[in-house]
Amino acid sequence: MAAENQSQTSQSDLPCVLILKPPPSFALFGDHFLDSPKFQYLKAYESPLPLSQFLHTHAQSVQAILSSGGAPVTADTIRLLPRLDLVVTTSQGLNHIDLSECRCRGIAVASAGTIFSADCADSVVGLLIDVLRKISAANRYVKQGLWSSQGVYPLGYKLGGKRVGIVGLGSIGTEVAKRLEAFGCSISYNSRTKKPLAPYTFYPNVVQLAANCDALIICCALTDETHHLINKEVLSALGKDGVIINIARGPIIDEKELVRCLVKGEIRGAGLDVFEHEPDVPVELFELDNVVMSPHNAVFTWESFEDLCKLVVGNFEAFFSNEPLLSPVALDHLPQFSG
Amino acid sequence: MESIGVLMACPMNPYLEQELDKRFTLHRFWKVPDKSTFLTSHSNSIRAVVGNASAGADSQMIEALPKLEIVASFSVGLDKIDLAKCKEKGIRVTNTPDVLTEDVADLAIGLMLAVLRKLCESDRYVRSGKWKIGNYSLTTKFTGKRVGIIGLGRIGMAIAKRAEAFSCPISYHSRTEKPEIKYKYYPSVVELAANCDILVVACSLTEETRHIINRKVIDALGAKGVLINIGRGPHVDEPELVSALVERRLGGAGLDVFEHEPEVPEELFGLDNVVLLPHVGSGTVETRKAMADLVLGNLEAHFLKKPLLTPVV
Repeated sequence: MAAENQSQTSQSDLPCVLILKPPPSFALFGDHFLDSPKFQYLKAYESPLPLSQFLHTHAQSVQAILSSGGAPVTADTIRLLPRLDLVVTTSQGLNHIDLSECRCRGIAVASAGTIFSADCADSVVGLLIDVLRKISAANRYVKQGLWSSQGVYPLGYKLGGKRVGIVGLGSIGTEVAKRLEAFGCSISYNSRTKKPLAPYTFYPNVVQLAANCDALIICCALTDETHHLINKEVLSALGKDGVIINIARGPIIDEKELVRCLVKGEIRGAGLDVFEHEPDVPVELFELDNVVMSPHNAVFTWESFEDLCKLVVGNFEAFFSNEPLLSPVALDHLPQFSG
Repeated sequence: MESIGVLMACPMNPYLEQELDKRFTLHRFWKVPDKSTFLTSHSNSIRAVVGNASAGADSQMIEALPKLEIVASFSVGLDKIDLAKCKEKGIRVTNTPDVLTEDVADLAIGLMLAVLRKLCESDRYVRSGKWKIGNYSLTTKFTGKRVGIIGLGRIGMAIAKRAEAFSCPISYHSRTEKPEIKYKYYPSVVELAANCDILVVACSLTEETRHIINRKVIDALGAKGVLINIGRGPHVDEPELVSALVERRLGGAGLDVFEHEPEVPEELFGLDNVVLLPHVGSGTVETRKAMADLVLGNLEAHFLKKPLLTPVV
């Protein structure tokens, strides 16, 4: 009993991190996955109190929030927490955090930074080779016993020498470019601003990029400007020999239009890790062998989660020791993020 | 050249078949009901054989065709051709190197990604509607994994170049060490297997390399190791591989070739860490056309008494 009281006393001295809803890693690894001896978690989702009451009760103790895609940090929440100084999200994406409110309040934000970039880029290359070389479709064919009964599988398309157009040359886009160059692809891109150090051809808009590439890769953030960026005009410019790969966010593509193009054969194929209304996926895609899909798991590797754990815990520990954050997000020059 | 008899060993490419038909007197061996009678009755007119990875020119066929001058293979692999016999009889042999190197290397990397990141299984998961119920399980990161390559020829080097872009440390085994190559050399396949995460077979099939992937190598590669075969089926002791995968003693496999194509061991069909392809290493529209043109170019050069484009013998 005495030992328990002692640990309770030292627990209450630890700084508090609020979790509104558990991050995806808790479902996979249990809810002590991101524990640290240097701070404690306040789990709002474990409390019987309605959220606003919970926040009111703990308003003075919450210095930081652990956020994730499914646990947005809105202006309303921020305003209920006067001592909030830090938001750490387990994701690379930031569209679920009210960044301008954070900037106003001087609240620091840390993300998964670039730890997922390699896995995302690997997914892009994997999906692209799969679509062009029909790996998933041919694997199905063989495993259904059709090779011996029906014979030769239809030919795929060569990746080498193809023109790759990257939408968004950030950390992920750069990793994609580096990989695909080794396959003999030529790289071009469109980004909000031209990158003077990037040795690739810049196109000032996505339609021109699409018209000049064979594979269009979506690697940009979802913002008000990029919502339905890939529309009928872009898909038409990409054309019937073009392939599209999306590992960014579903709403960047006009999904209805994409489905229509794929069904009608107006583009060659697609590799999609994200959709407009996950986990709902347009059923028309299930009929198509030139589409490869994955359940928004481009970053879901064991290794990335180990890295994420170290990064998230490291960010909180740095913050509470008054040391620089490991993966801070620059809050100046913010685009408007979609909710 | 229309009177020159050319024997095509099996169906391999409609465009090639069409062009051979136009330029020569083409005999389609697979349509012949009695093969030995056919060979006897055509022994004076057949001057060329066109083969591929499935069928070529073995000793029996070569002996039956005394007028045979050239064997042109629609493949880079030569394991279906009795090279010694061809040398002995002064028969020229050509293959299709270089034009298919990139496609085969691309497929090797595609298989690595498909196996480690469970791309085919993820696609299946979405199509089955299971995503609505829950997330798919975690997969294994590819970037940074140690890649071991057996055979550092054109295809092996192309695989290494691609894997390096994913920060994969490269090591290799080949008949002799290549001092100019910066990758780590292992003098035996077992040692290579013990020191890599992904083992790729990229060497040619010869007497020495048959079953180069045996029980010992599979054990060394281990329960977290992945085997990729884009070489030839007989490189692998297939029953050993199948039991290792079924018993989970090997972490996974990506296979484009099998010992008795198109037969594939059915025990592999239900395994989510195995990706199976129907020998499509060079199977792209672009590359098959380039290969066909090379076969046609070699035959034309030979019969016009010009230097062969890609001679082996």
